[in-house]
Amino acid sequence: MLSLAAHQGASVAEKITKDCPLAIRGLTVSYGQKPAVFSVDMTVQPGAMTAIIGPNGAGKSTLLKAALGIVSPLSGQVSVFGEPLEKQRARIAYVPQRASVDWDFPTRVIDVVLMGLSRELGLLGRVRARHMSRAMDCLNRVGMRDFADRQIGQLSGGQQQRVFLARALAQDADLYLLDEPFAGVDAATEKAIIAVLKSLKEAGKTVVVVHHDLATVTDYFDHVFLINTRKVAEGTVAEAFTAETLQSAYGGRLATAQIDQISRALG
Amino acid sequence: MLWDALTLQLGYNATLVAIGATLLGISAGVTGTFLFLRKRALVSDAISHATLPGVCLGFMALVAFGGDGRNLIGLLAGSAVSAWVGLLCMNWLTRHTRLAEDAAVGAILSVFFGLGIVLLTVIQTMGVGRQAGLEGFLLGSTAGMLWADALVIAIGGAATLLLVMIIRRPMTMVAFDPEYAAARGLPVHRIDLAMMGLVMAVTVVGLKIVGLILIVALLIIPPVTARFWTDRSGRVVLLAGLAGGLAGYLGAAMSASAPNLPTGPIIVLVSFGFFALSLLLAPVRGVLAAVLRQLRFQRRVHIRQGLLALAQGQKIYEPLTLRLLRRAGFARADGVATEIGKARAAKALRDEKRWEIVRADQMHEATAALYDGLRDIETVLTQDQIAEIDRQIGGPQEVLA
Repeated sequence: MLSLAAHQGASVAEKITKDCPLAIRGLTVSYGQKPAVFSVDMTVQPGAMTAIIGPNGAGKSTLLKAALGIVSPLSGQVSVFGEPLEKQRARIAYVPQRASVDWDFPTRVIDVVLMGLSRELGLLGRVRARHMSRAMDCLNRVGMRDFADRQIGQLSGGQQQRVFLARALAQDADLYLLDEPFAGVDAATEKAIIAVLKSLKEAGKTVVVVHHDLATVTDYFDHVFLINTRKVAEGTVAEAFTAETLQSAYGGRLATAQIDQISRALG
Repeated sequence: MLWDALTLQLGYNATLVAIGATLLGISAGVTGTFLFLRKRALVSDAISHATLPGVCLGFMALVAFGGDGRNLIGLLAGSAVSAWVGLLCMNWLTRHTRLAEDAAVGAILSVFFGLGIVLLTVIQTMGVGRQAGLEGFLLGSTAGMLWADALVIAIGGAATLLLVMIIRRPMTMVAFDPEYAAARGLPVHRIDLAMMGLVMAVTVVGLKIVGLILIVALLIIPPVTARFWTDRSGRVVLLAGLAGGLAGYLGAAMSASAPNLPTGPIIVLVSFGFFALSLLLAPVRGVLAAVLRQLRFQRRVHIRQGLLALAQGQKIYEPLTLRLLRRAGFARADGVATEIGKARAAKALRDEKRWEIVRADQMHEATAALYDGLRDIETVLTQDQIAEIDRQIGGPQEVLA
């Protein structure tokens, strides 16, 4: 299972079945002449909570965006629930980085959550009571019900992140991809988000999170995917989140003391 | 005279122009809103300048084939083609080179406009009769507007408006969060192109009335004006349409009420008038509101600080604080608290403690977000909730306001 950069680009014989929420094969994405992600294979386990971990600029977000077709790869294949991305897009919910939008945009919290229902509403469909109540439910799940009518610019960073999560929840998807949801949020928000993610997992959904805080990996996740442009390791936390793989992913950037601390925590 | 113009009693031509300008104003305001929300307002300037070569080439083609060089549909079709070419060039520059969009806008705008001016000069030296009037497309010329011209504007404007209404949701989603829109499978680039295509349609339709140099004002000023009055994108769209339509109508009427007043520039000035009023007077985002809010806030801060100082028996040095406390009857001229002042001071101190508890409690998060150090706590919590908090604080209960 554990592969220390072993089979980059090697063909994978295993059959990708309908059970596999997200399978990536030989993915290379490059901005200009410099690959951000190079020949990466990834197989997300169904019903698992997976953390994508790696140093700054390791291609974590790029991997996620390529999986969603937001950036186009130089090579590689993405399959979602055993089919091409376009066929299964409705089953994926994406939570982008908070900083990627302008929060002075003239819109209310509830309107943002209703964007999660855009497929059902269609081009001209009216927002009906059932749509509203579903959107309010989702806000309630992230503890933001009282904020429904506020302009989004009035929210704190953590609250903004929870609104983004509520929008994803409204899609009622099977696979959730989150890009740094814990970056720069308060402790209360982190608790609220992790509670929602765990409830998704309990409901049999698959959750993949780009994560930067090594200290919380063992608490929050059961699977990890280590990346530094190339895949470093993939597997359960016990298998793939070790001092050795971390050293390999982060190189000299991670202090030895920190690694010791983590490996002690892992026992 | 102005009244006659406003009630459309100033003759056939003036009425046609007023109706055309109103429709143009509405569709420009509505369409421009999406450009504004997408933060690509200046793209419209490049598109509009890129129409000029097409107008000239259209004229040449019409004349070459023996037609009437001033056929409006022919000229507008030519302008649409060259604007579309300009749009595609600009799109290509931004997507496939390292040029930023502002540089691409500058490049396309100047090159196409330069080419247009050259062609205009060539036409003037060609010696073909009836070419006079092409310059009218620069700043608009409504003097000789025909029924057919008005019809073209009305149909073009209405069609644009209809299309905008149909794709308003995807356009809003792309404007707010293009990555999320892409993740949902929306064709972001094609939606952007459609949005700019609609802007191009408005530009082409508006050539006759406001001209290519000033159409950008009708696309941008109404949404900016509308943004002052609301925080909801749907309402920005409606208000921008209203502001644009009104500016078109009033501007056309005013220019008809006196001889030799140019229609397009007057419409733009009226539009600017709405913008200036909104900038000053809008209730939340306006300048006046901001100044008043700041002053009121400053006074509340001073009174609050003063009360807290009184409650803790500290001396007040700040003259403004002292003056405000005295005027409110909370303190005497020597800075000693009055009876009312003492009660209010005790209440202020207690409220601080209550807020501390509210802010530490995740249950009260929406309330805690309202904390500004000034607000009376009973305006945001019920008496029961306050009593519960007071139980947590403990101590004497008699200061409950």
